[in-house]
Amino acid sequence: MYQYDQYDHQIIRERIAQFRGQTERYLAGDLKAEEFLPLRLQNGLYVQRLAPMLRINVPYGMINSTQLRRLARITRDYDKGYAHVSTRQNFQLNWPDLADVPDILAELAEVEMHATQSSGNCIRNTTSDPFAGIAADEEIDPRPYCEVIRQWSSFHPEFAFLPRKFKIAVTGADHDRVATEVHDIGLRVIQNADDEVGFRVMVGGGLGRTPVIGSVICEFLPEKHLLTYLEAILRVYNLYGRRDNKYKARIKILVKAMGAEAFTEKVEAEWQFLKDTEATLTQEEIDRCKSFFTAPNYDVIDDEPAQARVEHLAGEHVAFQKWITRNLFPHKVSGYAAVVLSLKPTGVAPGDITDRQLDIIADLADKYSLGEARTTHDQNVVLADVKKDDLFALWEEAKAAGFATPNIGTLTDLICCPGGDFCSLANAKSIPIAEAIQRRFDDMDYVYDLGDIDLNISGCMNACGHHHIGSIGVLGVDKKGQEFYQVQLGGRSYENAAIGKVLGPAFSQADVPDVIATILNVFVENRQGDELFVDTYRRVGMAPFKERVYAK
Amino acid sequence: MPNNPKIIKDGQIIDNEWLIVEDAGSSLPEGKLLVSLEIWEAQKAALIARGNIGVWLKNDQDPASLAGDLQELPIIGIDFPVFMDGRGFSIARLLRDRYSYKGEVRALGHVIRDQLCYLKRCGINAFDLDDDIDIEQAVHSLNDFTDGYQTDASQKVPLFRRRA
Ligand code: SF4
Repeated sequence: MYQYDQYDHQIIRERIAQFRGQTERYLAGDLKAEEFLPLRLQNGLYVQRLAPMLRINVPYGMINSTQLRRLARITRDYDKGYAHVSTRQNFQLNWPDLADVPDILAELAEVEMHATQSSGNCIRNTTSDPFAGIAADEEIDPRPYCEVIRQWSSFHPEFAFLPRKFKIAVTGADHDRVATEVHDIGLRVIQNADDEVGFRVMVGGGLGRTPVIGSVICEFLPEKHLLTYLEAILRVYNLYGRRDNKYKARIKILVKAMGAEAFTEKVEAEWQFLKDTEATLTQEEIDRCKSFFTAPNYDVIDDEPAQARVEHLAGEHVAFQKWITRNLFPHKVSGYAAVVLSLKPTGVAPGDITDRQLDIIADLADKYSLGEARTTHDQNVVLADVKKDDLFALWEEAKAAGFATPNIGTLTDLICCPGGDFCSLANAKSIPIAEAIQRRFDDMDYVYDLGDIDLNISGCMNACGHHHIGSIGVLGVDKKGQEFYQVQLGGRSYENAAIGKVLGPAFSQADVPDVIATILNVFVENRQGDELFVDTYRRVGMAPFKERVYAK
Repeated sequence: MPNNPKIIKDGQIIDNEWLIVEDAGSSLPEGKLLVSLEIWEAQKAALIARGNIGVWLKNDQDPASLAGDLQELPIIGIDFPVFMDGRGFSIARLLRDRYSYKGEVRALGHVIRDQLCYLKRCGINAFDLDDDIDIEQAVHSLNDFTDGYQTDASQKVPLFRRRA
């Protein structure tokens, strides 16, 4: 993992001192609420429906055991003993006191964490593949570049007051696990025919009110030009993005309005002035950042016998067998596996985690996974470097701690925003919908038979629960002051991403589980072989679903 | 527009010598004037002959319009109508970085104290701000950070090239 040097520490210290002063001025009445607003947002602090919410960055999802223990302590000392993993791989605290936030930030800084720009109209935390560095389908590890971007985007003097928030995602793998196509900028690290490393640059994707798949504006950007090119994109956006209407202010609207080609020309023209300046990345800096993400000293393990031992245990323990089928991810190194700890047991708000569980993950990481963990876009936690021979012991401990629900990738591993229970922007609650669906589909065998399904729930058009890219998306809407839910089908977050289509008129909260059940029945009846939901949907279209759900 | 008697310039509080002129009216007043781009473009020759003229830009005006005139202008203002509108940050950088403008670049209007450190890095060296801002206090915020990761108007070498 990246380690701070004296410069990183100094910059963060100065930022906390600055925010401490701002908080004091605000509390003393010397800083107006509307002026404090963007300052606190850029330090992670929202004011929610019930209390402030602090969003703490987990840069590109990487977190170590020391940091996990510190988070546990913070949730205990400053909050109600639990935190929430967001769809952008960050941790959220729901009940901190505004006056305590500078102290919380200082505690985070001690373990090289921060909440810098986790909210507000600025460049947000860069997200990445939770299986970076260990996935077999990965061409190049994206994390060193994520760190380069983290530093460049932190306290960037020119881009702290953009028209709207700005999100960057980076992947280095064939299978896109970070939904790069629906980000303001999506980067794919690639290697060209001459073995040079660079990026395919996609711009203008996004969810929210106007979901759009991004446009590729550069097929191969050599790595050294990364920062100057990003700077050119951001400058064009900062100068020309709309500021008159917050729903039209994202870069996707600008790209659409100008057309991808004209937008690209504008960026290229701007870039000519930035290209090859001192801001160009050096090989030394790329190597420095890479040096933090080298492969650890893996044991040499013969995979076949290790796998045989796992399968033997699976033969004796059905629950373990289910767990290894659903909650493992293949590791590129022989004898190892990545484990997904599920934060989606029924009855717990998806992504919620207690202080005690944070400590346990820290212990599990130390014991089984080289002291590191990752947060995922679908609100789970990954232990990436587990020896297959440790899987059974790990499973037993994870089970005792409530992390071993064998549902990863299934219907009940749903993505859900905090919704009306916490969020002041919500049209409707989302957590009770998630719970009702998990309770309704408690027959795991049925759920397994359905195969991978992304069920995503957002409490409003802001789409924090990514409902547009769920195989089944649920969106909270307001109908004459009543909470209703619109259902969308056919979204897809990975390569060839697709935006789901609206099924029809919205439903009451009580009807949602039945509606989902009907949709799944139509799927099962039309499914060919082991087809995935999205593929069946693509083949048969919306009509059969619509007909059945709205049949009188 | 502010037109305060005192402004911040190069980290000091000094008397304001420049009067912002928004529209031409019948005739221009005496003294050092900061005129709008429209006035400048309409009366350029006369204004150059008069001397003591600077131009201020609205935040949707492209600094390229002044590219040929920079030698004539000791000062360029940038209007900040609302502090959340960050276009002026990029305009300042274009003036400094692309057009190598060496004169005074002055932020006019609604900027809050907490933005000064970033504005300074973008190349703005003077501030004529809305009246409710206590500039005696605000001036301290110019140096909230002693260093930054990126290049900026005065630091041409990014931190990664300077890391020991
Ligand atoms: S989608 Fe809406 S309700 Fe849900 S967290 Fe985002 S803003 Fe709040």
